[in-house]
Amino acid sequence: MRVMAMVRATRASESGEMPSEKLLAEMGQFNEELVKAGVMLAGEGLHPSSRGARIRYDGDKRTVIDGPFTETKELIAGFWLLQVGSLEEAVEWLKRCPNPFEEGTSEIEIRRVYEAEDFGEAFTPELREQEEQLRAKMCDRR
Amino acid sequence: MAANDIHRTIDAVWRIESPRLIAGLARIVRDVGMAEELAQDALVTALEQWPSTGVPRNPGAWLMTTAKHRAIDQLRRHALHRRKEHELTREIEDQLEQSVGDPDAMLDNPVGDDLLSLIFTACHPVLSTEARVALTLRLLGGLTTPEIARAFLVPEPTVAQRIVRAKRSLSEAQVPFEVPRGEELAVRLASVLEVVYLIFNEGYAATSGGDWMRPALCDEALRLGRVLAGLAPNEPEVHGLVALMEIQASRTAARTRPDGEPILLAEQNRARWDQLLIRRGLAALQRVDALGGSGGPYALQAAIAACHARARSVEDTDWSRIASLYDALAQRMPSPVVALNRAVAHAQAFGPDVGLSLVDALRDEPLMRQYHLLPSVRGELLSRLGRHREARDEFERAASLTRNTREQELLLRRASASAAAI
Repeated sequence: MRVMAMVRATRASESGEMPSEKLLAEMGQFNEELVKAGVMLAGEGLHPSSRGARIRYDGDKRTVIDGPFTETKELIAGFWLLQVGSLEEAVEWLKRCPNPFEEGTSEIEIRRVYEAEDFGEAFTPELREQEEQLRAKMCDRR
Repeated sequence: MAANDIHRTIDAVWRIESPRLIAGLARIVRDVGMAEELAQDALVTALEQWPSTGVPRNPGAWLMTTAKHRAIDQLRRHALHRRKEHELTREIEDQLEQSVGDPDAMLDNPVGDDLLSLIFTACHPVLSTEARVALTLRLLGGLTTPEIARAFLVPEPTVAQRIVRAKRSLSEAQVPFEVPRGEELAVRLASVLEVVYLIFNEGYAATSGGDWMRPALCDEALRLGRVLAGLAPNEPEVHGLVALMEIQASRTAARTRPDGEPILLAEQNRARWDQLLIRRGLAALQRVDALGGSGGPYALQAAIAACHARARSVEDTDWSRIASLYDALAQRMPSPVVALNRAVAHAQAFGPDVGLSLVDALRDEPLMRQYHLLPSVRGELLSRLGRHREARDEFERAASLTRNTREQELLLRRASASAAAI
């Protein structure tokens, strides 16, 4: 299964403060371990939200809102995409991750990535076929 | 933590730690079978203790220390019976005792070399292919015997026996626990790559939903390939195999109909191909080129897969490049199946008549006589050339040779379409 591990933003990450050399080295080592274990599919760090934007959808209306955004703890500062055997395996890996922000508390949230099998019985062959046809049509239009 | 949760945590720790644990122990006790038993004993101790003590901060080091203590106990007991081995035992004991005090000392050793030695040992040519596959999944994948049995649709005792025999064979043949060097390396590496690709194909061939363990084999093979690429970064064929598997795996969601029926490459919905895996595959292929290994058999197959991955549609495909890659592959890996694929590529690139003459050259090949794809491809090419009568005969022959009923129906439909065009 695939999981996405998301590092929650902090005041430090939102200020654009770069991590120390020590943390960078530790994080690099952790990433290398993930790669060597064949677990890491992708991973990136994100700029502060002040360099980002949001699009709000309201019916047909689209409103663009420029960053920064205030609710720091709801923001994402970086992520990994991991291929693991179970959620517990992802938890075990992330327990070994250095604190992403040396000081104070920070959080990493682990979420499972949807795969076709996850829809199980509810996603009947007919429904799946329908979805595939839809995707094929979208593909044709491109 | 509830008992159930802690068992799942221990499973996860085991999956992460067991290959390194077994590899580290095997280096010290010089026996893979014994190393695995010691690691299993440590796991049992963890299962007994962790539910009450909690999971230690560094579970890997805990398991290692526990296993080493057991190793010392066992060796002492053995040494009483076997004087001859006394000296070796003493040496091993010394090593063990030195490292027990400082579990992190493990980390100072080149763990990568231990892991690589473990892979090479599990895939040693003295073992049968089945034994290599089972042992690799057990030692490197941390899979249990029941899991391996389910994945390969064989009874559990069969797998258990395979593993026991394999460990015994390794002991008896006194296979040294090391990374082969020099000329031997190429041969042994080929054996490792073969095992990994076999595991991948076993999972890839399981087209229907069925048991999740079978598709999980693809993930496991990919993981092993990626691990190997990290351990042997200068071996182009390792990256070639990884590239091949990443690109093939990228098509997983597109290659079967909801009812499990396979969809041919040409008819797959390319929007469902996994672009992340394609990118990873293409990156691995770049490493192959950088290492100057684009002529290797896995590299060539990966390069062919990459041509398809890059193409937005069948028409958009660079068939002349595929044709020349098949030319090279037919030289490196001469086989009737490769030759047939080469003929198809040439037909796509240069016209059905060119393809047909290459197919015709294969008709006397003994291996090809019962192979339904030969008349099926011939029928297709003949029909494109407007030779419908001959095409019909070939489709009918192909239908009589395949055991797959769905394929049979399809071929008979093609036969009657050809008949109607006469």
